[in-house]
Amino acid sequence: MILKLLSGDRPGSVLLSLILLAILVALAGAPFLFDGTRALDTAARICVFIVLVASYDLLLGYTGIVSFAHTIFFGFGAYGVALSALHLGRGFDALIVGAGAGALAAAALAAVIGLFSLRVRAIFFAMITLAVASAVAVLVSQLSALTGGEDGLTYLIPKALTAAARYGEIPTVTLPWPGADPLTLGGQRITGKIVNYYVIFSGALILILFLLRVVNSPFGRVLQAIRENDFRAEAIGYRVVSYRIAVTVLSAVVASLAGALFAIWLRYVGPDTVLSFEIMIDILLMVVIGGMGTIYGAVIGAVVLLLAQNYLKDLMETAAAGLGDIPLAADLLNPDRWLLWLGVLFVLSVYFFPAGIVGRLRRSRT
Amino acid sequence: MAEMVLETRDLTVRFGGHVAVNGVSTGFRRGELTAIVGPNGAGKTTFFNLISGQIAATRGRVLLGGADISRKSAADRTRLGIGRGFQMTNLFPDLSVYENVRLAVQAQQRKGGRILRLAEADDKMRDRTVAVLDRVQMGPEAAKPVSTLSHGDQRKLEVAMLIALDPAIYMFDEPTAGMSPDDAPVVLDLIAALAQDRRKCILLVEHKMDVIGALADRIIVLHNGTLVADGDPAAVMASDIVQEAYMGRRRADV
Ligand SMILES: Nc1ncnc2c1ncn2[C@@H]1O[C@H](COP(=O)(O)OP(=O)(O)O)[C@@H](O)[C@H]1O
Ligand SMILES: [Mg+2]
Repeated sequence: MILKLLSGDRPGSVLLSLILLAILVALAGAPFLFDGTRALDTAARICVFIVLVASYDLLLGYTGIVSFAHTIFFGFGAYGVALSALHLGRGFDALIVGAGAGALAAAALAAVIGLFSLRVRAIFFAMITLAVASAVAVLVSQLSALTGGEDGLTYLIPKALTAAARYGEIPTVTLPWPGADPLTLGGQRITGKIVNYYVIFSGALILILFLLRVVNSPFGRVLQAIRENDFRAEAIGYRVVSYRIAVTVLSAVVASLAGALFAIWLRYVGPDTVLSFEIMIDILLMVVIGGMGTIYGAVIGAVVLLLAQNYLKDLMETAAAGLGDIPLAADLLNPDRWLLWLGVLFVLSVYFFPAGIVGRLRRSRT
Repeated sequence: MAEMVLETRDLTVRFGGHVAVNGVSTGFRRGELTAIVGPNGAGKTTFFNLISGQIAATRGRVLLGGADISRKSAADRTRLGIGRGFQMTNLFPDLSVYENVRLAVQAQQRKGGRILRLAEADDKMRDRTVAVLDRVQMGPEAAKPVSTLSHGDQRKLEVAMLIALDPAIYMFDEPTAGMSPDDAPVVLDLIAALAQDRRKCILLVEHKMDVIGALADRIIVLHNGTLVADGDPAAVMASDIVQEAYMGRRRADV
């Protein structure tokens, strides 16, 4: 049953299965397992980025297509929701229309880029996506009447999804832990924010299961064949260009849906949050760290990098305070250096796990 | 005489100043195995590339069942029934032997567009894949990644991919090159078995004269891109032009 949901894609290592299960449990129970709005916000971001990175993995890891325009499609979904929420009002219908319109726009742009550039050399496609990404970013900041420019857009989402909506309280459950302190669960108010989180979580879960299905379908196998040897894929009768265009469109649509979820969660979109080149770099890092061509790698990469980005600073602050007396060490652990440490982590992970964390875990299985 | 299923008309390709295939007009029938011979660099592989669509002709046409296919892509020509094997092993190296064959079966069954079904759950594809692997005696190797196979097994797999496509026209480009004396007969027996099927048209680039003598119904000779001889094996092999062309030969193509 579970295997069927995963489209028969076994994680392929016990440790990997346990890690994935832990991530699933943590995300599924995030509102109740962790304290505070920041933790919930991090969990929601993780859900969104897992989908975003997995949709990129479909392109890079499975098909071998290098694109720098992925954030554009992410942005289309986010701006789609933002604009329709602004203009169509505060209903669920506006969110759905916005997500749908964003997905359509993403599909259309991806098809155009694909049609014009996937026939030629791979490097040309990468360059075109880079150009389109810059052009869209400029356009979004120029058309400020529509897009809010650099300031972005703030809008209202259905009240049922905001903290203002109250749905009661979870009864407190105390688990008697033999000997140790009792562990207390529950006690929180169930607000619309938590409902909102579950919208994001379920959306992400469905999209990931969908992607797992795609990569294990006959279509997905052709993508891998194209990655391995496009010349031979063509020679046994697959129209390689058509498949490349199709997967570019598909991955753009999934990215735009991730963007739509993000917009529903944030109630704000701006160039920095959904379109920036930094996000593109993050996506690349996540897919490489997690392991390309596995989908599960996207899950792990997104979790690792987002946790590092969100909590490495804190961790270093604590460590620096603890090491207050030792000058050099404290200086190295100064929270302002967190980016440096992130860089070090990245280099180490690529050096030790060239096939990503998932590749490493799968290899050590036998 | 049966009609031509595949024809070339004045087929020519120029690479810069070098004319690799020069005005070749010929045709191939069903139920006939034609050996294509000629020294290294004669243009045999290039001639194949022109027929199966890997490169576009500078001049001339390729006709399949009388219809001009010169402008069609390689994928479309394969879908029309031209099965092309490669001289240089040309597989999906990180995928398993099974998956390589399954991909060819999937292409032949036109299932590549299915996006919500599971590739592994398709019984028709699995049965056919297993049957093809059995036919080349590679069942035991099914789970191995192709990159770990011996050269001989890779050549066998190359033939298996063609069989999986079930084409009307088979094009073998030196299928036994570099194979051990143990492995080569497996491949040659397979080709001989295919040649029994009177519906199939087979083109075979091969250097070993004993092999050609045993299998071929007809021989054509390419020399510097030009078709210089065409006829039944005994006559062509005895001709001056073949004797001359093969005197200078030192080693098989790589
Ligand atoms: N893509 C290409 N570009 C330039 N020259 C080529 C190309 N392909 C083949 N040739 C040249 O065409 C000639 C014929 O090569 P080929 O068809 O491989 O010969 P054969 O298969 O008979 O040994 C050779 O001189 C080769 O160098
Ligand atoms: Mg050759």
